[in-house]
Parts: sequence; C-alpha cells; structure tokens
Amino acid sequence: MSVLVIAEHDNASLKSATLNAITAAAQCGSDVHVLVAGNNAGAAAQAAAQVAGVAKVLTAEAPHLADGLAENLAEQILAIAKNYTHVLAPATASGKNVLPRVAAKLDVSQISDISKVDSPDTFERPIYAGNAIATVQSADAIKVITVRTTGFEAAAATGGSAAVESIAAVGDSGKSKFISRELSKSDRPELGAAKIIVSGGRGVGSGENYHKVLEPLADKLGAAMGASRAAVDAGFVPNDYQVGQTGKIVAPTLYIAVGISGAIQHLAGMKDSKVIVAINKDAEAPIFQVADYGLVGDLNEVVPQLVAAL
Amino acid sequence: MKVLVPIKRVVDYNVKVRVKADNTGVELAGVKMSMNPFDEIAVEEAVRLKEAGTVTEVVVVTCGTAACQETLRAGLAIGADRAILVETDAELQPLAVAKLLKAVADKEQPNLIICGKQAIDDDANQTGQMLAALLGWPQATFASKVVIAGDKATVTREVDGGLETIELSMPALVSTDLRLNEPRYATLPNIMKAKKKPLDTHKPDALGVDVTPRLKTLKVVEPAKRKGGVMVPDVAALVEKLKNEAKVI
Repeated sequence: MSVLVIAEHDNASLKSATLNAITAAAQCGSDVHVLVAGNNAGAAAQAAAQVAGVAKVLTAEAPHLADGLAENLAEQILAIAKNYTHVLAPATASGKNVLPRVAAKLDVSQISDISKVDSPDTFERPIYAGNAIATVQSADAIKVITVRTTGFEAAAATGGSAAVESIAAVGDSGKSKFISRELSKSDRPELGAAKIIVSGGRGVGSGENYHKVLEPLADKLGAAMGASRAAVDAGFVPNDYQVGQTGKIVAPTLYIAVGISGAIQHLAGMKDSKVIVAINKDAEAPIFQVADYGLVGDLNEVVPQLVAAL
Repeated sequence: MKVLVPIKRVVDYNVKVRVKADNTGVELAGVKMSMNPFDEIAVEEAVRLKEAGTVTEVVVVTCGTAACQETLRAGLAIGADRAILVETDAELQPLAVAKLLKAVADKEQPNLIICGKQAIDDDANQTGQMLAALLGWPQATFASKVVIAGDKATVTREVDGGLETIELSMPALVSTDLRLNEPRYATLPNIMKAKKKPLDTHKPDALGVDVTPRLKTLKVVEPAKRKGGVMVPDVAALVEKLKNEAKVI
C-alpha cells in the first residue's frame, strides 16, 4: 500500500508541517511517497528525500507550479493519485486550498483536519471548534486527507535517503494567475512550529502596546508571537498572527496568553498546548478555566516584571 | 452579472455545543441556529457588489431541511434578490452538497460564486473548493479583498505567513475569510421585504444527485478535558512554577 504526501514548500525549503503529515501518512501505509510540485524546487525535494520514513520523492517542475495555484497543483496530484490508497497534505492554508479539488475530481470524500489515525480507513477529527471529536470511517477507494499538524509528531528531518524521481508536469490551466505575495518578515520561529508562543488579545490595547509589551517577552523566551481574533480585527497585528478555530491551530510546549479573554473560537486553536499561562486583569475571564497557571493583574505591569524575572 | 451565494444553517457561534449522551453526535434539539458566519460575509460581499453596480442579481442557495428557509430569508434580508432551497432531510456531506450546488449552478449559470470558507459545525473547509473543481472553475479561497474588473476577479487571500494576490478568469469561485467585510444587520423593513422575495424549492432527485454519505460517523465524543489549573499570586510564583513544576523554561 503506497501513500502520497503533498509537500508544502516554497521551492527553496520544505515547510515543517509536511513532517507532521508524513508521520500521519506512515500510520496509513508503509510505503510513503512525497510529491514536490514546484519550480526550481530541487532543494525542497532534497530536503524531502532526507526525511526519515520517506521511500520516494516525486518532483514535478514548471513555472505554473511555482506558486501553488490550486487548479494546477490539483491536476498534478490527480495525474498520480490513482497509484495510491491515501493522499495526505497538512491542513495548512495550502493543503486546505488544494485537496478538496482533488477529492471532488476523484469522487471521494475528503477527511479534513484529522487529529488521529485509528486504522487506515478510520480517523478522528475535531468538529465544532474542537468541542467534539468525531471518529469517521471512509469507504472510498482513495482516502484524501488533511492532517492537523498538532495531532502528529514531526517526522525526523534527517536520516532518510529516498530516491528522487522526476515526473511530467501537467499543463497550465490558464484560469488563474499568481500576482503577488506579501509575507510578514520575522526572525522569530514560525507560529505553527514554535515551542513557546506569546499571544496577545484585545486587552493589550493597541498595536503599539502589543509590540512594546509582548516583544521583550518573546525575545527573552525565543518565542513566536500570536494573537486572538479580537486583536487582529482591531488591527493590532496582521491576520497571520491569528490563533483559533479559523486561524492557526497551535500546540506549543508553553502558550502565554496575555490580555486574551478566551472565547471558544480562540481556545479551539490553542487548548492542546502542553502548558498554558494566562495573564488577564479580569479574574472571571474564561481563559483561566483552561490555563495551568493564571495570574490576575495589569499586563502592562506584570509582563515587564516577568521579563525581568526570567 | 449574476452571483450565486451558497449558505448553511448551523448552530449559532455563541452556543456551547454538547455531545449527545449516546455519542452519536451533538445535541441540536432546542439549540439556536443561525447562518454560518462566513456565509453572512459572502452574502454581504455579493450585495455590496450589487450596490456598486458590478452585479445585477444575487441568488442565495442552501441544501437541507425545510427549516433552512429561515436561513435563506436571513440572506434575503441582507439584500439577496431570490433564494433556492434544495430540500432534503438526508444527512449531507460536503461532496454531496458540492454536487447539488453544481446542479443548481448549471441551471442558474452565475458568473461568480461567493461562499464561506468553512462551516463552523463540521469545520470541513471543502465545499467551495469541491464545487469549483466540479464546475471546472478557478478558485480563490480565504479572500480578504475582491476586485471585479471585466471578466477578471483579482482576489487577495489570507495565507500562512501573510497575504497573496491572484487573478482569476471568470466564471470563478471565491471563499470568504473573516476580514473581507463586516456584514450589516438586517433592518426591520428589509426583514419584512425578504418575506415577499421569491424562494424556489428543488429536490435532490430532480437534480439527479445521489447524496448518500461516504463517511460513516462511528462516534462523537467530548475532547479530553484540561485539568484545572492554579492561580498564582505574583510573577515570582509564576516563574517558580514554570521552572520547577512545569519545567518548560
């Protein structure tokens, strides 16, 4: 039984979410192949070949595959999907964008955002913002799956030595065109893969204060920075900081929630963190119900004290 | 130009859902239902395009029980012109919904479909992409800005790490993210007007779609509860706990 993982990459490097999807794939079948579809993506393909547990890397290269356009990438996956029992991708913006197209064209259900593989046809997945966990069984010949990265350990990035094989690139659909990308520049760890996250909510008051108060703490801890939807909607930080049901799902070792009240939609994105610290001036805030350590106080005083004490 | 807006009736986002005692699903009896929040954003966007003169007709469509008429009326109250209900009591999964919507789109021939990126009940995030694939249309998911000019749609998308802009040849499908717009509240006169707007009903059989579920739900359980934590009096106590008890720093 061969299973296919769709690599998430930027041509130059492999995104770490791919490693979690590879772990899920290995629980579905023993022969794990990885598709790297891109342009001048040799470095990403080499990185994929070194991941422990990968048997083969397939590369498809063309200018119209460079930017992950859903129409072209889906066709590329469809060109080889019939050789596999399972097609998996991380449940990232890219995986969620592309894989349903593949499932629809194969006339199979997609199993979204799985958090556990019970058997090769039975999976667990959170529903209702993680307030319930459904166990679902698929009768489809090919299982098309997106993987919640926090549900699976990352496969070791080194130790493997898979063969890299080039396959023919599909043609350009011509129906969509990549125009531009504006990515937030940061030297901090990626939100989805960080060990420690410092996250701010509406309580931080302003974008200026968000940076002034939280950055020193994140610097001290080598942490990624996140935010609640309220903070994003208020314009304190860009949307890619958002942790929650419809933002990023994270599970760091330590999550420090500052001025975040704890709406269920936010909790859905971080409640699998190992240790949660909440700092909020409102002792009744729901965030304290999920926090391992709660501290009631003014974040403008408490956070600088914490920075000084670390 | 015609816009089709698929919407879904879901448990209201403020409701704390409870898993049924027999683990077959979540408790829906007596629970407040509303339009999926992302779909409200989709209706709002379509209505704004109409108000801007880009679009001539906005049609809302949903698939589900007769009770979904209420959700369609809510869409009409925001400003959609007419509504279509594909009525069935059957359990509908995203692939089946995408097939039903394709059948509706084949009849209606819209130039643009705007839908929510995901429903907050099953959190599947599939139907729009599946529909676009079945129609052979391009898609722009997770949209935070949509500009229509001629037969092109230029869409800014929220992606991991930032924003991305793509251009689609229409007909095309757009799925909405949270920051695309802020939906208006329906006014009482518009709610009254909505009651008189046309609402057509179709049956899945008549559309030639087999809606049999492909995924079997074996059980639904509550997630593992987090153990109750402790309150610490001050920063010194917090640092002590993090270093010596949790050992995370």
